[in-house]
Amino acid sequence: MTKRKRERLKEAAIRAFFFTCGVLAIIVLLGIFATLITTSFPAFKEIKLSEFLLSKNWDPTSPEQAEYGILSMIMSSFIVTLGALIIAVPVGVGVAAYLSDVAHWRVREIVKPVVEVLAGIPSVVVGFLGIVLFAPLISKIFNVGHGLTALNGSILLAIMALPTIISISEDSLTAVPPAYGEASLALGASRWQTLFRVKLPAALSGIIAACMLGMGRAIGETMTVLMATGNARTFPQLPQALLRSVRTMTANIAIELGEVPYHTTHYYALFAIGLVLFIITFFVNLVADVVLHKYQEREL
Amino acid sequence: MKMKNGFVVGLVGLGLLASAGAVAAQRGKMIQIKGSDTLVNLVQILAEEYMGKKPGTALAVLGGGSGTGIVGIINQTCDLANHSREWKQSEIDQALAKGITPRFFVIAVDGVSIVVNEKNPLSQLSMGEVGAMYRGEVKSWKAVGGSDKAVSLYGRQSNSGTYGFFQEHVLGNKNYSTDVKEMNGNAQIIEGILQDEGGIGYVGVGYLFDASGKVRKGLKVLNISKDPGGQAFSPLDKAAVDRGDYPVARALYQATAGKPSPAVADFIRFEMSDEGQKIVEKEGFFPISAAHKAANDKNLR
Repeated sequence: MTKRKRERLKEAAIRAFFFTCGVLAIIVLLGIFATLITTSFPAFKEIKLSEFLLSKNWDPTSPEQAEYGILSMIMSSFIVTLGALIIAVPVGVGVAAYLSDVAHWRVREIVKPVVEVLAGIPSVVVGFLGIVLFAPLISKIFNVGHGLTALNGSILLAIMALPTIISISEDSLTAVPPAYGEASLALGASRWQTLFRVKLPAALSGIIAACMLGMGRAIGETMTVLMATGNARTFPQLPQALLRSVRTMTANIAIELGEVPYHTTHYYALFAIGLVLFIITFFVNLVADVVLHKYQEREL
Repeated sequence: MKMKNGFVVGLVGLGLLASAGAVAAQRGKMIQIKGSDTLVNLVQILAEEYMGKKPGTALAVLGGGSGTGIVGIINQTCDLANHSREWKQSEIDQALAKGITPRFFVIAVDGVSIVVNEKNPLSQLSMGEVGAMYRGEVKSWKAVGGSDKAVSLYGRQSNSGTYGFFQEHVLGNKNYSTDVKEMNGNAQIIEGILQDEGGIGYVGVGYLFDASGKVRKGLKVLNISKDPGGQAFSPLDKAAVDRGDYPVARALYQATAGKPSPAVADFIRFEMSDEGQKIVEKEGFFPISAAHKAANDKNLR
C-alpha cells in the first residue's frame, strides 16, 4: 500500500470511530425511549390514560380498589422544582454576574472551584443534610410539627441546581464580546447599568439555557426528595403544600420499583411514570436548545 | 535486582490468587438472606453469631422490605426471605406457577408498637382509634382525648411487611390516609417522631431501645386496648404478648423455596435453638412458642 493510501485509510478509520461515538449517544437515547414505551404500553390496557394523568389517587396495593392516578405526583414534582428555581435562579445568576464582572481575580480563583465541588456532592449527602439540618430549622421557623416538606425539598434541589446554573451563566456572561461593555462605559453608563442593561441581555440565551438545565436536574433528582420530603401521597394544594409532605414522581419510582412483582400492571405503571418523566425532561432540554439557537441567530 | 522484583511480584500475585480463590469458595456457599426491614437487624446478629460458631459458612443479610424478600424467593434471587407479614394469595399463586412451594418458619414474635412523642399527654389508645387515625377519619388529637394538635401520621412504604400487617389488622383492610408520611424504615419513623410533638407512628418493638437497652429518650410507647375503654396492654409486657392480650402482636417469618438446603436448614435450626432465641429476646422481640417450634420442625423435614 502506498503511503498516501495508508494515510487516507487512517483518516477514514478515525472519522468512522468518531462518527460511531457520536451515533452511540443517539442510539442509547432511542434505546431508553424504546424500552420505556414498550414496558409502559401494557399498563394502558388496564388503566385508562385519563385516569392515569388526571386522577389524584395513587394506591396500587390497596386492598379496596387499586388506583393509578399520578396527578398528585406530577404536581408535587412541579411545586418542588418551581420552588427550587425561585431560589436558585436569582442566586445563581447573581453569583455568575459577580464572578464575571465584579469579583477580584483572586476571589474568582477560589469561588469557581468551590462551586465545582458543590456540584460533586452526592445527592444522598444533600438529602441527609435535609433531614438533619434543614427539616428541624423549617419546623422551628414556620412553627409546623415537622420539616419534611416541599419547602425542604425545594431548598435542597436549589443547592443541587445552583452549580449548573452558575457555571453556564458565568460562561455566557464572559463570552459577551468585551466591546459591548467597553462601548457602554465609553458612552457614560455606570458599571451597574452596563451589567444589567447590556451584558445580561446579551448573555440572556445562555442564562435561560442554564436555568432550563438546572430545572432538568431538579425534576430528575430522586434520592434527595426521597429522604427529605416525607413521601405523603396527598394532592398538594398551594400555598399550604409548601409546608406539607409531598411525593414526587422520582421518589415514587424509587420506593416501589424494588419490590413490585415483575410484569404486573403496577410494574408497567411505574415504567409509565418513568416515561412521563423522560418526556418532561426531554421537552425542557429541547426548549433550552431552541432558545439558545434562536438568540444566537438573532445576534448574528 | 530484576530477579528479586520478579519474585516479589510473583508472591503478591499468588497471594491475590489464593485470596480470590478463598473468596470464590466462600461465595459458592454464601447464603443470601433478603427482606423485612423489621427483621434485618435481628437476622444480621443471628447470622454473625452463627458464622462465628461455624467458620467456613457465609451469610449475607439485606433489607428492602418483606415484599422484596418474597419477590426474591419467587424469582430465585435469594435463599431465605425474611418477612413480617404473611404471603398474599397472589404471591403464593405466583410461586406455585413457577413450580415453587414456599415453606414458612416463625423465628420470632413482634409486638408492633404505637409510638408518640413524649410530650403527648395520652398514654393509651384503642385499636379502633388508631385505625381511625390512620384511615384519615380522625385528624385532631382532641377527638381522642389529647391536646389540640393536628395528627401527624408516620408510616412505612408499601413494600414493607409492617405496612401490610398494619393495614390488615389495624385498618381493617381499608386504605391508608394519603397524609401518612411514608418513611424509608423503622429508624426514620422514630427520628421523625422524636422531633414532632403531634406525631404518631408504628415500629417493630425491637427498634424502641437505645444502646443501653432502655426505651429511646423522647419516645413514648402507647398501651393499646382491643376495645375503646377496655384494658390496655403495653408491647413491652412479654406476658401480655404471649397471652395474646396485646392486640398488635404478630409472628415474624422466614421463607424458603421448598425444602431448605442443608446449609439453610442448619441456620434455621440455630435460630430456633435456645441460643438463637436468647438473641431474639435480647433484641427486644419475643421468643417463639412450642407450637411454632413444632410447625417449623415439620417444615424442615
